[in-house]
Amino acid sequence: MIIEGRVWKLGDNVDTDQLVPGRYLTLTDSQELASHCLEDTVPRFREEVRPGDILVGGKNFGCGSSREHAPAALKALGISCLLASSFARIFFRNCINLGLPVLIAPEAISDIQDSDRIRVNVETGEIENVSRSFRCSVPPLAPFLLGIIDAGGLTAYARNQLHAQAPETERGVSP
Amino acid sequence: MGMTMTEKILAQAADQAEVRPGEIVEVPADLVFGQDTTMPLAVIAFRQMGAEYPFDPEKVAIVCDHFVPNATVQAAERTRSLREFAREHGVANYFEAGRGENFGVEHALLPEEGLIRPGMVIVGADSHTTSYGALGAFASGFGSTDVAAAMALGRVWLRVPETMRFVYTGELNPWVSAKDLILYTIGKIGVAGALYRAMELIGPVIESLSVDQRLTMCNMGVEAGAKNAIIPVDRETEDYLESVGVEGGFAAISDSDCQYYSVTGIDVSEVEPQVACPPSPDNVKDLSEVLGVTLDAVFIGSCTNGRIDDLRRAARVLEGKRVSSDLRLIVIPATQEVYAQALHEGILQVFVEAGAAVSTPTCGPCFGGHMGLLAPGERVIATTNRNFRGRMGHPASEVYLSSPVVAAASAVMGRIAHPEEVTR
Repeated sequence: MIIEGRVWKLGDNVDTDQLVPGRYLTLTDSQELASHCLEDTVPRFREEVRPGDILVGGKNFGCGSSREHAPAALKALGISCLLASSFARIFFRNCINLGLPVLIAPEAISDIQDSDRIRVNVETGEIENVSRSFRCSVPPLAPFLLGIIDAGGLTAYARNQLHAQAPETERGVSP
Repeated sequence: MGMTMTEKILAQAADQAEVRPGEIVEVPADLVFGQDTTMPLAVIAFRQMGAEYPFDPEKVAIVCDHFVPNATVQAAERTRSLREFAREHGVANYFEAGRGENFGVEHALLPEEGLIRPGMVIVGADSHTTSYGALGAFASGFGSTDVAAAMALGRVWLRVPETMRFVYTGELNPWVSAKDLILYTIGKIGVAGALYRAMELIGPVIESLSVDQRLTMCNMGVEAGAKNAIIPVDRETEDYLESVGVEGGFAAISDSDCQYYSVTGIDVSEVEPQVACPPSPDNVKDLSEVLGVTLDAVFIGSCTNGRIDDLRRAARVLEGKRVSSDLRLIVIPATQEVYAQALHEGILQVFVEAGAAVSTPTCGPCFGGHMGLLAPGERVIATTNRNFRGRMGHPASEVYLSSPVVAAASAVMGRIAHPEEVTR
């Protein structure tokens, strides 16, 4: 899976309250959530972001609340991939569960600036900054995590598992 | 080589002789729960998975606490959908305000309801699920889809975390409590200081803390990025569990030859009351450095500091005093049981007579949902867990975090104050 896109660069410790403020947590529609993404801290983001853009963060990206509304909003805006020096663990899982590729790439972050064009190979961990002829390689995601992303996220993955176990247990599954 | 208590719980759950940090295990979930902001997304995912019934309805809990009592029409629609889901799927552990039984903020409520047992693997759709490590459980926060899958399959995958051990020794100074110790710790290691790792909190000072206080410490482990925070079971834990009717459980203790990622000794004699300044829980200062900061609001409550122990401490400072007319004090007992106990002990009377607004249990103000939000430029000191920009209202408002006694003293003085200024 090779993803190429324009970069939105954010800083360290971007919390999920910034990504979707608490007052919007009664929303469940991802397009509605997207319309409030980063509205308090980077208001131009939700207006100028384009499908295919890549989000690049610093340390501890997605810290704070477990709200899946945050990565759901980014996905609905068309963010194709996230890179950061490190991710908060719940946010990291949430991205994978929604089928949103994420790579922990501390080596790459300082050589990527806002609006650069970068190319990311999610399977091999190779990252190329097309705008600055910079390349590096980071550890790729574990194969079973790639499997969840390939399935389109944990919902599809769990559906497959439920159907696989259905004949034995005959419960928990609709036909 | 031995194992840490976190490793032992995960090894037992995975039915393996041992596990090692970095290893991925798939383990059965002993309790799966969510609240009214995360559970609606989990229910949608659960249905999309094609699941009809939870793996075991008795091991599922739904706590409506964030926007309750329903703050908006949309919130009312969400709680109704969860109420219906619980009824249709046999989820008896459904909690909502005002239904003839105990209710309130999930991380205070579930232990009271006897749903937490040592050694459990607890999967909660809320980051402060780390709280339950205070009762010797492995408890971690997850997103809605993870919780949906755990609810459907009864299992969850986990990466076995490295453990950071924190040993608390020395004598607690007057007016210093668990909140100060955990803020001090987060200030030392930073908001990503325990990222992906377990925090094991131990030592004579921890042993001297009530379960309420221990819950405060484990609650905020996630503010250092921790996957879980955990305290060994001791006599205090056993007495608490007995009082809520919990029997059995697996009381894991770390082996003497286990391997820690790090061991940090903290001499609490050097710790004075702590305050986390905006906009991050690791921007921690000694109270003496921030005395006099003017305030527009004070909030005492939340899953961090809304238990009876917290309210008793706050009432000790507020007794016979009046809230400054320069600000508003809001007090929210974390659960109906805490509320009833505070009523019985005359604590609510202290708050009411001091001029505080006392509310029925809700998470409301802590996450900027409802019940006392802040206007641009306003400043609050709160006994909550996060002070991110805009957390409790307008993005140009500011949140300081403290213990209940510092919040109570500040409410009387109209500015950040030391409890001694009020009680001497």
